[in-house]
Order: sequence, then structure tokens, then C-alpha cells
Amino acid sequence: MSGNAAFLGMPAFPRNAAAAVQDSQLRFNLRKATRTIRGRRASVVAELPDWAELRAAGRQIKDHTLRNLDRYLLQLEEAVTAAGGHVHWAADAAEANRIVTGLVRATGETSVVKVKSMATQEIGLNEALGRAGVTAYETDLAELIVQLGDDWPSHILVPAIHRNRSEIREIFRAKMAAWGRPAPGELTDDPRALAEAARLHLRERFLSTKVAISGANFMIAETGTLVVLESEGNGRMCLTLPETLISVVGIEKLLPTWRDLEVFLQLLPRSSTGERMNPYTSTWTGAVEGQEFHLVLLDNGRTRVLADEVGRQALRCIRCSACLNVCPVYERAGGHAYGSVYPGPIGAILTPQLRGMASELDASLPYASSLCGACFDACPVAIDIPEVLVHLRGKVRHPRAERLGMRAAGWVFDRPARLAGAQRLAGRLRRFVPGRLPGPLAAWTDTRDLPDIPAESFRDWWNRTNGGTR
Amino acid sequence: MSGGRELILARIRAAVTGAPDVEVTRAYRTTRDLPGAVELFAERVADYRAAVRVVAEEETAATITTALAGRGAVRVVVPAGLPPEWTPPEPVADDPPLSAAELDAVDGVITGCAVAIAETGTIVLDAGPGQGRRALTLVPDYHLCVVRADQIVADVPDAVGRLDPARPLTWISGPSATSDIELNRVEGVHGPRVLEVIVVR
Ligand code: SF4
Repeated sequence: MSGNAAFLGMPAFPRNAAAAVQDSQLRFNLRKATRTIRGRRASVVAELPDWAELRAAGRQIKDHTLRNLDRYLLQLEEAVTAAGGHVHWAADAAEANRIVTGLVRATGETSVVKVKSMATQEIGLNEALGRAGVTAYETDLAELIVQLGDDWPSHILVPAIHRNRSEIREIFRAKMAAWGRPAPGELTDDPRALAEAARLHLRERFLSTKVAISGANFMIAETGTLVVLESEGNGRMCLTLPETLISVVGIEKLLPTWRDLEVFLQLLPRSSTGERMNPYTSTWTGAVEGQEFHLVLLDNGRTRVLADEVGRQALRCIRCSACLNVCPVYERAGGHAYGSVYPGPIGAILTPQLRGMASELDASLPYASSLCGACFDACPVAIDIPEVLVHLRGKVRHPRAERLGMRAAGWVFDRPARLAGAQRLAGRLRRFVPGRLPGPLAAWTDTRDLPDIPAESFRDWWNRTNGGTR
Repeated sequence: MSGGRELILARIRAAVTGAPDVEVTRAYRTTRDLPGAVELFAERVADYRAAVRVVAEEETAATITTALAGRGAVRVVVPAGLPPEWTPPEPVADDPPLSAAELDAVDGVITGCAVAIAETGTIVLDAGPGQGRRALTLVPDYHLCVVRADQIVADVPDAVGRLDPARPLTWISGPSATSDIELNRVEGVHGPRVLEVIVVR
């Protein structure tokens, strides 16, 4: 992965999205993937008669935790320490990387295995370790594909969703040898064969590596317990076999009580993979089975998000990716257009808040939405993503075009009956904004009528306007 | 401790000053009785493409023998505390603890469990008697798990209430799987590729 530096230098969302919609393989993969998961999610959610109540409890537990975050973090620290773990606090990415690098160095090891963690991608940990002479091996199949392909993840749950099987075979053939056990000579593009190649490639590494780095889905303040949900078993390998485990976790991942898991272990798997339960969930408290355990609590902009009365609800996010899978803009633009480890609707509200909207990309992200509201309906913790988007749009310093676009958006948003005329509005507005039509407005007007949007019109728009630059 | 700690706590306090607190209402279904929990559990485990056999108490030993023979599993790891009647003829004990490489070389592992969940088809191990440390059910390629009917609860809240967070827990719902390649489900990546469950009434 090329890491944060590349993300930061990325062009704004509209231009990224324009490139992505031209890529038909990507669009095909995305459409297939998001539709499949969407269907599965709908059926397992419908199984639970108390889904609305679980969702309400999920929202309340998270809001209550955020309101009392200082108290619960201290309680967590005490519980983890009492159970033999070590707790570290990192105010920003640099501090987190320094702490982790120091911990790895102290073990004398020069390689670590990693289980998929968005927090460590956010802080560019692999690159920081690399500069210190430590190789970080990703062990999630999709992350392995991304790492070997020197690529970026494009989906929270299925980071290599933009790659098809023959591309994956080529990546394995060309790159595995440089990272360890080479791909089998006769590797086909059958998913089974590819998974088997990954199993063999990683097996020796799991059995021999002494340090692992993970994230966590939840931390329990009352007991000091960490929780990781996964499918493949690479998480269990990393959490169980190495002598030293370092977990880097955002401070918002906290839950007050053990009992709160009864809510989130129902909400997350069903929203995420559309399963009643994911294959493996591991929980551990402090240092277990003779392991050395370090917990690094990460702020890196989260307290800035917390300070925003409207925006702070983004910290409820449990990274299920349901909002990506229902988003018409994501389905067309792909994850990379968002220029961050957090793609899709949640990325559009989280990234600019975490990073402060200083760059052109970040300032454009709140426009990367049609405000159709599907993300809000799908969100298991009821984050009102459209509300936060509109709020953030108000905070960006806009060029004239964005201001006009936003006014128009507000005009239609207030009057649902006029939605049918939105496309024409965009056309009319063009005359008022010679030289540049704001990309987001087009996306907005074009995709309001989820889910049956004619795929061509979005593309046509990009072609006509040269990706929003004309 | 680093300066990061005080800085983060101060930032949090400044950020939430004046924000209202939120009360949590638990209007969702909590613990409940579920008639037919055994059948539902078996059905839901099978949905994950794990083999399930529901048997009477006295059939347990023979069923274990059949299951192991069906996989050609001879060298099978047996954690401490497994009931003797569940123990195969040539058990591999984890005492002294087997290395990861040794675990990689056995044919499989047989365990009990701590709790099982009907609604989700989940087995939970807590490293207690008859289950062993976590690596035992991770490295071998075949896991045979015996679940007693009285260990099956209705749903997730019942299980959370019964489990002890101080113990390392592993919740298992079907065999290891990935959908990372064009969303095709492939069973078995790093965990045991084969999971079989015997439910004892
Ligand atoms: S915002 Fe909601 S739907 Fe989107 S990833 Fe987060 S929790 Fe899931």
C-alpha cells in the first residue's frame, strides 16, 4: 500500500470519481458486490422482529459512551492494566507510530503480522514500521491482495472489491515470491485455488512470527475486554499465536459494559456481511495465555470530531459498510475516489472531520453524495449521514460554484415534490455558472431516485462535463 | 504514561462540555425461552455448511468414532477435561503444550464448548475443561465439536449473560470462510477448513 502520503495528495473527489466510472471492470465488480451484500443484509435484518429496538439501543449506547468518554477510557485503562496488559495513549498518528515502532523494536523482531485494521491504515503504520526496518505483513486475504498489488483498499469489508479473479491470480504469480512462499506454479483463477495459495503463503508466517498488530471492533470499559470479528481466521492466528500482541484502537470503539455486546454482536454481522454471525469472534482481556499485550488508544482527530455537535455522531460508526453498499454514488465511483481509508458515505463525513477539510479533496468530500438518505436507513447505529453532509458543506469555504450548487441542493431538498425537476435544474444552473458545474450537484440530481438509477446518465454527465471540470 | 493521555482526556472534556447525556433503553428482546432450540441450532449450523449430527446421549461415542473415521482422522488432539467417553483411542494430549508446528501436523481436534446459540448457529469456546487453549481449535484443519443440549441458549443476549469476559472467548459460526474474491464464498482459509458438530440431546 502506498499509504497516507498518496492519499493526501489525491485530487478531489469529482475527478477521482470520473476516472473510476470509466473503468467498467471496477463498476461491474462494485455493482455485483454491493447488490449481493445488500440482498443478504436485508434478509437477515428482516429475521429480527426487534431490529428497530436494537438499532435504537446501539445509537444510545454509543452516544452515552461518547458523552462520558473520558471516564470510560480511564475505566478501560484500569481494567486492562489489572489484567496484565499495558495501555498507551496516542494523541496523533505520529505518536501512535512512535509507540508501536518502539514496542516492536523492544522485542528485537524485524517482522510483524497484521490483521486488517483501518486505524493502522489511517495512521500509515506499515510505512512507519518500514522506515524503522520492520516489515508488516498483511494477513487478511483482501489486504494481502492490496498489499501485493501495491494498491489501496477500496471497500471497508471487501478491500479488494475492485480486483477480479484473473487480476488476483496475476498479482499472486508476480508478487508472492518477493514476499515469502511463491504462488503454486499451476495457479488457476478459481477462487478456491487462490484462497489455497493465500493459505499456504501465510501459514508459515503465522506459525513463526513473534509479534502481531491488530485493531479491535469493540473495547469494554467495565472489563477491559477487546473484541475482534472476522471471517478467515487470520485474526485468530494473529491474536493467538504470537508472543506479543499490539492492538491499535480508536478511542471511539469503547462500550461501557460487557452486556452492551449483546446489542452490537447482533447489529454488526447482520449489517456487515449479511450473516447471522460472522465465522469468528475473539474476545480477550489483558494478557492471556502467557502473551504480552499492549493497547494503543488512538485519538488522531477523533476528539475534534467529538467537539462538533452535529458531526460527532460519525463516531458512533462500527465500520459495518452497510452505507457503502446502498450508496448510488459509491457504486459508481468506487472506494478509491474518496481518497481515504474510509470510503463511501461514512468516509464522506468522517475523513473531512478527522483531517480538518484543509485539502481540496477533503473539502469536496461532503459533496460526494446525493443526499438520498439510503445510508441513514441502512446504518445500524442510525448515523444521519445526510444531516452531517449538509452541516459540513456549510463549514467548507466554497468557491462560488459550490455555493450555488449547495443553494440549489437545499432548494430541492426542502421541497421533495420538485425532485423530478432536479435534472433540469442542474441544466438550468449551468447557465449561471459558466466555466464550471459543481460535480456534486450533478451526482445529487442524478441519483435521487434510488435504487433504479439509469447508470448511463451519471456517466453521460461526466463525459459531457469532463468529470465536472467543464 | 505519556503526555498523550492528559492531552486526550483534556480534549475530550472540552469537546463534550454541555452536551446532554443519553439514557439507554433496552427495548429489544433480551433473555428468552425458545422451544425447539436444539433443532434451530442444528439448522443454523448447517446453514454455514458445517456437518451437524443430533444424537442421543448413548450414541455419542459411536458418532464421534464415525465422524473421525469419515475424515480419516487418527491423530486427534484432545484437550484436558474432555469426557473420557468422547476420547478417541489414540488421543494427542496438549501436555506439555504442543508447538504450532506440531498442531499443524495433527489430523484434527475434538472439543466440547461453553455455550451455543440457536438463532445464530454459534458455538462459543472459553478455554475451559474439554476445550483447551485457543490454538488447539485454530491450527488443526479439522474441528469436531460436541455440544450438549443444555448448553444451547436462544440468542446472543442469553450467551453474553452466561459467559465470563475474563476468559479468552472464541465464537465460531461455521468454518473459516472468505468472500474476498469476487464475493464467492470459499470455506477454509486459515482456521479449520472443516467444522463438524455433534449435538447430544
Ligand atoms: S456509518 Fe453506519 S452504515 Fe456506515 S459503516 Fe458506519 S455504522 Fe455502518
